[in-house]
Amino acid sequence: MANPTKLQEYLDTLAMFPDRQDRIETLIGFADEYKHPSREAFPRDENSKVPGCESEVYVRLTKMEDRFRFGYAVDNPQGISAMAMAAILTAGLENCTVQEINAIDDQIVFEIFGNELSMGKNLGLTNMLRVSKHLANLS
Amino acid sequence: MSETESIFESRGYAYANKLVSTEWVANNLNNPDVIIVESNEDALLYPSGHIPGAYEIDWTRDLNDPLQRDYLDSEQFEKLLSRIGATPSKTIVFYGDKNNWWAAYALWVFELFGFTNTRLLDGGRIKWMKEARELTRHVPEISSASNSVNERDDVTVRAFRNDVLNHLNTPGKLIDVRSPEEYNGTRLHMPDYPNEGATRGGHIPGAKSVPWARAINPDDGTFKTAEELKNLYQNEAQVNPNDDVIVYCRIGERSSHTWFVLKYLLGYSKVRNYDGSWTEWGNLVGVPIER
Repeated sequence: MANPTKLQEYLDTLAMFPDRQDRIETLIGFADEYKHPSREAFPRDENSKVPGCESEVYVRLTKMEDRFRFGYAVDNPQGISAMAMAAILTAGLENCTVQEINAIDDQIVFEIFGNELSMGKNLGLTNMLRVSKHLANLS
Repeated sequence: MSETESIFESRGYAYANKLVSTEWVANNLNNPDVIIVESNEDALLYPSGHIPGAYEIDWTRDLNDPLQRDYLDSEQFEKLLSRIGATPSKTIVFYGDKNNWWAAYALWVFELFGFTNTRLLDGGRIKWMKEARELTRHVPEISSASNSVNERDDVTVRAFRNDVLNHLNTPGKLIDVRSPEEYNGTRLHMPDYPNEGATRGGHIPGAKSVPWARAINPDDGTFKTAEELKNLYQNEAQVNPNDDVIVYCRIGERSSHTWFVLKYLLGYSKVRNYDGSWTEWGNLVGVPIER
């Protein structure tokens, strides 16, 4: 199954920038789209916390019939990569079905951030997608 | 040369002038004799906002040889110095994410070339951000400075595997600065990181476990006082200022942090960083480990 259309648009955009610096600038542009939710609007709890993510990220899922909307709280102000990932997943997974979400390969993290990602950062960002899948399958 | 700030003198450090405060940096942003360098693990951090005027040094691209596991040579180092406008008379202040891991690592690499007019920003990037100090996305112009660069000295502050092997048979001291789980072999990487990178878990025989993070205050990332550090390294770990000390971690960045603490904050006379660290020792054929 192909990636959801909106998510694929992000990947296609990044693929246009093979130069590392251009990719970084593009990712920072995505991170700028991220809007940090307050704790009142988006209560954090351990069940929605992304494991292995040093940026302290929480995932929230809203279900509308058989489609989903995800929200992400990145509580570490230095978590720029997590903010970029949050912006991509928020828009890229919107209105997807659980089947579409399950079909997304973890490897998109490398498509987004490139192969120079450190092991720790890779795990945290991949887990943002995995927790999103997990919540979608639970709902 | 920066003056020694009273806050660091009061903490009792051996070389109190090796640290500068966020306030000092804020007051020296336009000082032409001060060069500020940011060095991070996260490649997105510097371009998303950095201390005004700061240059970036990327540990993978700027400090390491791309084809051989080793550091840049003197010719490459001269080019790096030229790019950031560094000369021996200028003070270079390093700071970065992860409580200054990569900043300390960069400072250590500079020391391999005898470049010692260096400082660490106490508390690093996170302290600067928490104080809501100015950040910019403006990248400073590529500078240009001419330097006569020393050949890299791989003896004084750097250790190789044979040095560590010799250390096993002499009264030298080893400090493992990784997490307790990596030290005891239950993990091959620090908690929350993928469990890979070495074929065996454990530590170098005889190494004392002193995780790097015990040297800092967790609230703001600043270094603990000399008294607190002495208690940690001398009283608890039984490693003394005149010992021949080798520190290691997984790839040498966390141990650069501890190397800085021992050499400059506590004044240990001989401290070397084994940058091969566990990714080498944990995979090396024919060497012993302990669990």
